[in-house]
Amino acid sequence: MASRRQVLGSAAALLAGGTMGMPRLARAQQKRGGVLTAILNPEPPLLVLGLNQQAPTQLVAGKIYQGLLRYDFALKPLPSLAKSWTVSPDGLTYTFRLEEGVKWHDGAPFTADDVVFSCAKFLPEVHPRARATFERCESITAADKFTVVFKLKAPFEPFLYAFLPAGAPMMPKHIYDGTDYRANPKNATPIGTGPFKFREWVKGSHITLVRNDEYWKPGRPFLDGVTYRVIPDAAARALAVETGQVDLAQGNDVEAFDVPRLAKLAHLELSTKGYETVAPISWIEINHRTAPFSDKRFRQAMMHAIDRDFIVKNIFFGLGRPASGPINTATRFHDAKAIKRYPYDLKRAEVLLDEMGLRPGAGGVRARIKMMVLPYGEVWVRQAEYVKQALRRVGIDVTLESNDAGGWVKRIGDWDYETSFDFVSQFMDPAMGVARTYISSNIRKGVPFTNTMGYVNPRVDELFDKAPKQTDPAKAQAMYSEVQAILTEDVPVVWLTELEFPVLINKRFRNVNIDANGPNSEFDEAHLA
Amino acid sequence: MGGRLGFIGQRLVKAVFVILGIIVLNFLLIRLAPGDPALVLAGEAGAADPKFVDDLRREFGLDQPVWRQLMIYMGGILSGDLGFSYRQKAPILDLILQRLPQTILLTGTALAFAIVVGVSLGAMAARRVGSWADSIITTLALLVYAMPQFWLGLMLVLLFGVQLGWLPTFGMNTINSGFTGIDHALDVARHLVLPSLTLGLFFMAVYARLTRASMLEVADLDFVRTGRAKGLAEGRVQRRYILRNALLPVVTYAGLQAGYLVGGSILIETVFAWPGIGRLAFEAVLVRDYNLLLGIFIIASVLVIAFNLLTDILYTVVDPRIELGT
Repeated sequence: MASRRQVLGSAAALLAGGTMGMPRLARAQQKRGGVLTAILNPEPPLLVLGLNQQAPTQLVAGKIYQGLLRYDFALKPLPSLAKSWTVSPDGLTYTFRLEEGVKWHDGAPFTADDVVFSCAKFLPEVHPRARATFERCESITAADKFTVVFKLKAPFEPFLYAFLPAGAPMMPKHIYDGTDYRANPKNATPIGTGPFKFREWVKGSHITLVRNDEYWKPGRPFLDGVTYRVIPDAAARALAVETGQVDLAQGNDVEAFDVPRLAKLAHLELSTKGYETVAPISWIEINHRTAPFSDKRFRQAMMHAIDRDFIVKNIFFGLGRPASGPINTATRFHDAKAIKRYPYDLKRAEVLLDEMGLRPGAGGVRARIKMMVLPYGEVWVRQAEYVKQALRRVGIDVTLESNDAGGWVKRIGDWDYETSFDFVSQFMDPAMGVARTYISSNIRKGVPFTNTMGYVNPRVDELFDKAPKQTDPAKAQAMYSEVQAILTEDVPVVWLTELEFPVLINKRFRNVNIDANGPNSEFDEAHLA
Repeated sequence: MGGRLGFIGQRLVKAVFVILGIIVLNFLLIRLAPGDPALVLAGEAGAADPKFVDDLRREFGLDQPVWRQLMIYMGGILSGDLGFSYRQKAPILDLILQRLPQTILLTGTALAFAIVVGVSLGAMAARRVGSWADSIITTLALLVYAMPQFWLGLMLVLLFGVQLGWLPTFGMNTINSGFTGIDHALDVARHLVLPSLTLGLFFMAVYARLTRASMLEVADLDFVRTGRAKGLAEGRVQRRYILRNALLPVVTYAGLQAGYLVGGSILIETVFAWPGIGRLAFEAVLVRDYNLLLGIFIIASVLVIAFNLLTDILYTVVDPRIELGT
């Protein structure tokens, strides 16, 4: 069933050709020219997307490098460097037909050999997520100059979701093959197939990208270039958007409390779309290895004691949705009906704590716990302060612990914590970004973003293992629904918010934010109004 | 003259030991904090596996014992190599030299403004002590001195950048402007106004107060009275007798400040997105870029020591009675 659907989908993609996914309204009269200036914060370590996939790297390098596919806001795969694809009925063979006439920025032709090199050699060596994906392949071969065949060891239905530019960026074989990828001197001047070429990086100041006149999509891109300005201070970033000194702010560039004010300005347009590929959920991570955290009633009490609506409204100023379970509503296989709900209910929380024998002691305190604050910005401090107050209302006394980024990652990875705030991206499919948090085979000391809680449930392991192997989406959905029911009963983490990020665009520009990769996308359809 | 050279030689020898101490101490201190650059990168990537972290540690040389890392680092320092930035994938010296001129431009402008305007206002206030001009200068100096720099910066930005729209609010120049020569210099100057004013106003207040107090103290001394008794013009008494002798504390403070400021102003460089060395250091701390941070410490130490030495030499120019090495 799934393969048939995908085959049909790819046939439609073939018919639509390169314009698939492009907004129809904007196709009429695009103006050529103009430079879009965007905020960059913090400054990325390097711009080679295969070697680094941090958020600021993706912003800039997403214009330089491309993947085989793109995804629309509903996460439907769209053609990019692959103009069509087919999936065999047994779900084991994925065949991609590549665009012909694509050139790397140095003029070398892009062929199937580059895809094979990227997916079979480069990425498995340096890219953790791609390594996990392509380890599933028995072989990756070039059937001809523009056809690549991936043969899987076992069916893996979300395989088509592995080809996001940041998930599997195409890397030039002629530059990297046979070299030490991380030490390659060409890393300073990235070479991709994208609509914009790297021109200049003045550290601490700006990065300049210019139009790739040899770009493979006819007539694209419309813009002369994209310039990223490094602005480290949040107030200065807001002022830069407000005064029109920059045209685009995204992600955490602007503090949530500034967004409603800026969105009202006549020259700005606000969107919260463009982050569906990552769809992160924030939560309180809980180390299950000690009491009282090992008792699910304690974790359930925490769910009841925290007003997630309050967090969304007052800390994120409406950006986001209260999170109720492990799979984001924007991620595939989310099932609202399967989820056990935990409404804000202090009485219910107290009953659960009473049942555990945690009665109020001196000062009404039932338990004292420690909680690490996320070291990635002020909004997380504000959330931590609210949660501390909220839990105190049911007798849980929280001591907030601050660390810098290095210390926080070290403590989480080493399981050296009681509870901690965290947020984790989902990458479109539960098999890509959800399972890793809950499966017991991913309890790996020293490694962040694994199952650092130590949560073990054999049925959850089994379902997360079997669901992505289903070629019938209905069967996969049934399994993921069961997983969501089990996890929301067990509450391995206290889910807080499905994060949304504001994208503020100067109305001088159109078609900037047109797919699920949002500001990280190519901008090859962006143009002056 | 021999005494002066001997003094400088002694100070340079001491400086070598101070810098070695700074290197070893900071090398060990920075590694005491939990976590390392590989974990910071893993955290920012939002995905990692053991191979990813191990590969990075091997690449950064962090898989070696600390004592061996220190020996390798010291070996590099002795051969003039400050190492390689884990984060920015570039030689440390290149990174510092890229940023240092911007910081020197910003802090140099701010300091020059502060000294010239501060000393002039201080002298004016001292000469007319108790007058309305003195009251205005003293009150303004106190106000600016007490005002938090970030707030002052923000107010200046709101006034000149947002309300009036006269000046850019961030960065060092207009990107993609195509400006060259004098146009480029003017463009940089426009960008320089707000950050250097924010930084300089605070020091201006300090110099104004320092000059005023010092001049009032010197004005009561016998040689000033003698000068006036000899019938010297008041302007000459003020300039040659009072101001010159009152400048010693100003020179001391300016020397200390200059040494401190070459390390960059993290606050000003952050608020105004000025690509200087202060921000570079701050970012290096956040991401545990050990080599970069140590490199900045070394360069900043050398410059602080150089400015202190220069200050000592300047004493002898301002007051010929002072001899070095005594």
